[in-house]
Amino acid sequence: MKEKDPLNVIVTGVGGQGNVLISQLIGKALVKGGYHVTIGETYGASQRGGAVMSHLRVSRQEQYGPFIPEGQADVILGLEPVETMRVLAQYGHPGVVVIANSRPVYTVAVTTGLAAYPGTEEVARTLEELSSTSWLINATEIALEMGASILTNIVMAGALVGSQALPLGAEAFEAELRESLPSDRLDLNVKAFRRGLEETKERGAGP
Amino acid sequence: MGNEAIARGALEAGVGFAAAYPGTPSSEVIGTLAEVARDGEIYAEWSVNEKVAMETAAAASFAGVRAIVAMKQNGLNVASDFLMTLNLTGTKAGLVLAACDDPSALSSTNEQDSRPFAKWADLPLLEPATFQEAKDMTRWAFELSEEIKNVCLVRTVTRVSHARGDVRLGERMPPSKAARFAPTSPVEFASIPAPLKHHLMRQKLDKAREMYESSPFNWYVGPERPGLLLVTSGACWFYSLEAVKALGVGDSVGILKLGTTWPLPEKLVQEHLARTERVLVVEEVAPFLEGNLKELVGENVAALGPLTFYGKRSGHVPDSGELNPDAVIRALSSVLGVEKARVAPEYAQKAQELTGAHTHMRAIGFCAGCPHRATFWSLKNVLKLDGREGFVTGDIGCYTMALGPTGFFQLKTVQAMGSGVGLACGFGKLGQTGFEQPAVAVCGDSTFFHAAIPALINGVYNRSNFTLLILDNQATAMTGFQPHPGTGMTAMGEAAPVVDIEGVCRSLGIRVEVTDPFDLEGTTQKLLDLMRDDGAVRVLISKRTCALVRAREEKAAYKVHVDTEKCLGDNCGCARLCTRVFQCPGIIWDTETGTAKIDEVICSGCGVCADICPASAIIREAA
Repeated sequence: MKEKDPLNVIVTGVGGQGNVLISQLIGKALVKGGYHVTIGETYGASQRGGAVMSHLRVSRQEQYGPFIPEGQADVILGLEPVETMRVLAQYGHPGVVVIANSRPVYTVAVTTGLAAYPGTEEVARTLEELSSTSWLINATEIALEMGASILTNIVMAGALVGSQALPLGAEAFEAELRESLPSDRLDLNVKAFRRGLEETKERGAGP
Repeated sequence: MGNEAIARGALEAGVGFAAAYPGTPSSEVIGTLAEVARDGEIYAEWSVNEKVAMETAAAASFAGVRAIVAMKQNGLNVASDFLMTLNLTGTKAGLVLAACDDPSALSSTNEQDSRPFAKWADLPLLEPATFQEAKDMTRWAFELSEEIKNVCLVRTVTRVSHARGDVRLGERMPPSKAARFAPTSPVEFASIPAPLKHHLMRQKLDKAREMYESSPFNWYVGPERPGLLLVTSGACWFYSLEAVKALGVGDSVGILKLGTTWPLPEKLVQEHLARTERVLVVEEVAPFLEGNLKELVGENVAALGPLTFYGKRSGHVPDSGELNPDAVIRALSSVLGVEKARVAPEYAQKAQELTGAHTHMRAIGFCAGCPHRATFWSLKNVLKLDGREGFVTGDIGCYTMALGPTGFFQLKTVQAMGSGVGLACGFGKLGQTGFEQPAVAVCGDSTFFHAAIPALINGVYNRSNFTLLILDNQATAMTGFQPHPGTGMTAMGEAAPVVDIEGVCRSLGIRVEVTDPFDLEGTTQKLLDLMRDDGAVRVLISKRTCALVRAREEKAAYKVHVDTEKCLGDNCGCARLCTRVFQCPGIIWDTETGTAKIDEVICSGCGVCADICPASAIIREAA
């Protein structure tokens, strides 16, 4: 199958969930695989509990700009359900592949009772309706079972690689983990990555 | 990252000295060089403010060492006092000023355009469009600076500085080891006689223009005689390219991408203008390029004939905010009169129906466990207890977010670094006009050193009347936790003398108190007492390390949970004080039990919320 060029990937979530780190790990691994990669990120104020997004443009041919045009995302990795829905509505199209974490980070409107947060079934149905392939994974729960919620982003990175939506194999990503993380944190992160891999491996989206 | 590419360009040019005050989106330029400086080959510092940074870097240049200074757009204002005479003085070894702008003010209090500074100061300007250019231009900027003996500006925007891409590296060059200050004339390193130096400065600029004419940083893609010439620079190059491709108009629309935007390479630009009749200028923030192009056309109207311009002035390009491919697609569509739906309307409608109800705005605010939330909680209560319509003048830092709900809307002014204290000085001298409201100024620890000290001294000297609340979280948190004079560490990770904020304040002979913001009762008492001690300047230092730093360095103090027996939910009468008013993201609402609940993933274990619950339902246990 011919690779889409550029392949447009969005990693989204809430400030503090670690989307910058996984975007960088994925980007570095893809550059080593011979791709041009551009990553547009949000820093500073928006990292304080706001909605955050990283745009990755992956191309064999050339360097693309740091923004994906509306309706042009091919893969969306969502660390938070409502943020995934937000990005899907703006950047999605019928062929998009979506992998989302099911654990919410509530907005103030929800905690004060002004708005309702959608239930897991509604989230799953929405993702399904608006994509070609979707997964809803309780990555935070998996991370907590493994001992630390901060592993959530790595579990999700595993799910992304497992889905085969990127031209990126598990070995290449693990090599990147080994290069980027301090040795005392490596084992647990590799385990979290492999655990995430299992979540999507059986039903790959194909490149 | 664009900023890392700039740092690399400096290293490849043999930079020996780097200085900055941190500011988003510029911080990683010097941050990266400071990491490299740990090997002892080069020197890097976090200066106390941008003007001092510029001065230290100029000293290196005067002594024959290549130097770089980086700042955000507001920082350039601070440095401008020095810059507007340094440009007359000129430089010796290459001196590059990286000015990183923040269109849309994603992390700023304004979205000022730095480019007019170059024109104003008669200094050459370069605008990188790609990551490779960020590196290559910076390296070349040192050569240009050395050639014309003046400062060279490299201006980026957030989407260059904070975007990442692959870059081909060159060789690193070692810095000069023969530094020596040796003026060859009595006024070589002075800005006087100003008219003569002004004349020489203009000649330097003409030389830069000549060098720009053959620069590889300017290029053209498109047909020989384009029906529409799109002129652009910086991050907008990518957006423009994408827009032309998306609309399939590459046969009739040409793109002139300029990297050398002041002074304009006039011959090159005129050659392109002569081949078209319509020009669309795509740029962010100010119509800088647009104005300069029109000026050039005005001077050469006989040769160029009538040209129609589209851009910010015509309303085709938004007059504010950052651009993106979609904005440029819209601009180009409207100029050409072509329409092309980029998103299938059925999909867009379905997406809106399915997600619209849930995607309300996610407001930014203080993190879980942030000491500022606790301080502003006490401050809010003290202003009420004091009862004289007291108010808070604000400043620049994470605590600027106290304009919003997580700081209980307590900040009433926000302008520049240190301005909260300066404003309080003025409010405190309005007594004879019948003014009776007490003013409280807030500033952070890093801001205190940057610009608050002169205003504080002004207040003491002029016998003003206000309370200064210093929010000392031991970090320049918003920009990435860079050390400052109060932290005991340098940019290069070496131990440094601690400049004690409390000691500095006490040396002014004023009343100074220190409090732990997590002690709500103690802080409230001290602050109320200080506010009522009217008639002079007095200081409260609210001291507690940033929550994000604490999370890295220490274990949580408490394990917090909600006793669902004690929490009366919506029957309490507190109207969800914890989630609605206190708004710590670690507290959520359990719709099943109808009570508050701690989200263990987000809670930092500071335990402050236990002291605000009127039903004592939030329980903290030593972790």
